[in-house]
Amino acid sequence: MSGRRLLEVEDLNVTFATSRGDLRAVQGVSLTLDQGKTLGIVGESGSGKTVLSRAIMGLLPRASTTQTGSVRYDGTEILNAPNADLRKLWSTHIAMVFQDPMTSLNPVQRIGHQITEPLRIHLDVSKSEAKETALSLLMQVGIPSPVERYDAYPGQLSGGMRQRVMIAIALACAPRLLMADEPTTGLDVTVQAQILDLLGQLQHDRDMAMILVTHDLGVVATRTDEIIVMYAGNVVERAPTNVLFKSMAMPYTEALLESMPRIANPSHTRLTAIEGRPPDLLHPPTGCPFAPRCPYAQDKCRSEKPPLLEATPGHSYACWFPLTAGDRRPDPEPSQTVTA
Amino acid sequence: MTDTAVDRSPAATTDPLLAVEDLHVSFQRGNTAVQAVAGISFTMQQGETLGLVGESGCGKTTTGRAIVQVERATSGRIRFGDTELTALNRGGLRTLRTQVQMIFQDPISSLNPRRRITDVVAEPLTIWKIGTKEERRQTANAMLDQVGIDPVVNGSRRPREFSGGQCQRISIARALMLKPKLLVCDEIVSALDVSVQAQILNLLEDLKQEYNLTILFIAHDLAVVKNVSDRVAVMYLGKLCEIAPADLLYEAPAHHYTAALLASAVEPDPEAERTTVALSGEPPSPINPPSGCRFRTRCPRAEARCADEVPEMRAIAPGHQVACHFPIGS
Repeated sequence: MSGRRLLEVEDLNVTFATSRGDLRAVQGVSLTLDQGKTLGIVGESGSGKTVLSRAIMGLLPRASTTQTGSVRYDGTEILNAPNADLRKLWSTHIAMVFQDPMTSLNPVQRIGHQITEPLRIHLDVSKSEAKETALSLLMQVGIPSPVERYDAYPGQLSGGMRQRVMIAIALACAPRLLMADEPTTGLDVTVQAQILDLLGQLQHDRDMAMILVTHDLGVVATRTDEIIVMYAGNVVERAPTNVLFKSMAMPYTEALLESMPRIANPSHTRLTAIEGRPPDLLHPPTGCPFAPRCPYAQDKCRSEKPPLLEATPGHSYACWFPLTAGDRRPDPEPSQTVTA
Repeated sequence: MTDTAVDRSPAATTDPLLAVEDLHVSFQRGNTAVQAVAGISFTMQQGETLGLVGESGCGKTTTGRAIVQVERATSGRIRFGDTELTALNRGGLRTLRTQVQMIFQDPISSLNPRRRITDVVAEPLTIWKIGTKEERRQTANAMLDQVGIDPVVNGSRRPREFSGGQCQRISIARALMLKPKLLVCDEIVSALDVSVQAQILNLLEDLKQEYNLTILFIAHDLAVVKNVSDRVAVMYLGKLCEIAPADLLYEAPAHHYTAALLASAVEPDPEAERTTVALSGEPPSPINPPSGCRFRTRCPRAEARCADEVPEMRAIAPGHQVACHFPIGS
């Protein structure tokens, strides 16, 4: 069944009306996702990755946002669709694992109730069937003694266990697309590895498509088929995972990777920091959004915004002077020591 | 400015700046006592950075707080230079805090939101009545400048006008105002984006050289800890598992918990070997820790002896200590 196009996003724009003017949180994003595949969305805070995932889900407040473009799920347009239509998709077709397992569960309802609720609502199964499914889900996500946990409250579980419960809820109605927004942020490293392995294995078993939203290039490096890198509301690079790491073209992707400390490097290795800060999205710069912080920026970068173009099949980037061009690229200016 | 890995820790023969001996810290919860720190010992040489790494609830933060005496030790000794910290009275503690400073995890909430940042940074001098008001302001501005905050533009702004990374720079400036000898950094970069994290880590390395600081760097991120540390100590459920020079610890871990932590870490490299997770489950409760070795319930190598006998820290190589009956590679 693999290979069927499940999700198609075209030229998606999300604008928030704020008291200080329009904030363009997502600007002209296009992406596609096939059944059974994993897409990683990587960016720093404020890059628009969470807004993008919520826009795809249809979870943004309608009153204060303007959403244009197209989001097609399995051929059906779902952007700005009525909530009644979306409710038929949620859980059974698209489900989401939210960022913060500590606050995403209802603290005054038992775990069992929270897992059976979508089953009862969407699949119209009997109480006993729902409980059976819930117990099997708790087992699948690796919760020890599921029968006791079924009657527990979220406060009685650790962060890792709560995230497993969140995954169980998301998987309850066997969705075909799972959105995971920073599913392991705030969890310990050993638990993070367990959760990522669990997601990967469940996805494989169910031939499910997955979007993994994260700030950590390490999380997506070995667990995705394709990655899009976001910066200031724009997709700045998109490529199959191994191509991206082998021949990244956008200086921002390189800078993001090089600013990460690596276990493979000896201690006291000097890190390459990206100086400055991301632009203010209320007043975005005219040219490339990364130009003010880019060591290779030229006059053209500051005046003209580079479009996202496909350079080789599957590999697109938005840069006038890509790293892959080698000799065309001017030498970087020596970086200053400290600026905030 | 490419620093290569040179061993910058002074010879271990000199007297340590900080010596922690059999430190216990317990918290009373109803009728039960939770042993957050259950008997740990280590020393730090002048000018050294010791990384303290472990998962949440392992007692690393409590250890840091006990050293700055925000938390009082239940038993054990903490010797700083010639001073026994656990015996200090209020006046003694006040003086101690000119020598030992702490930087906290949440940069924004650790600054007073109502005060201008020049005043925030100058406050340690004000408290100790050092210099005139004008001199204090100038010293504070010079320090702000050094951590990369322009005092002319920003000095009269308030903390909420700054990003997390900038607030952490301001916190660092404040901590350094009295020229402390020892700096305890508790998860100071875990709330920051990677690009900002790199700026702060580089800044800390520069300031360490300039002020000859000794740093206890507490964090959960293995790669970050390796980057800044000369030596690294690994904690699990209130006990130290292993302590070794940074490069050695990551290359040849001897404790099974250290090895499991390293196997769980994700690296931004699609060709990195993905070991299947060596560790299942979660740490047991510190209210009722396992007998013997505290890691034995999750350890792949555990035997009957591990349940009966608490493994003591012992040296397996110069500078490399491990608390395990069956260390890796023996």
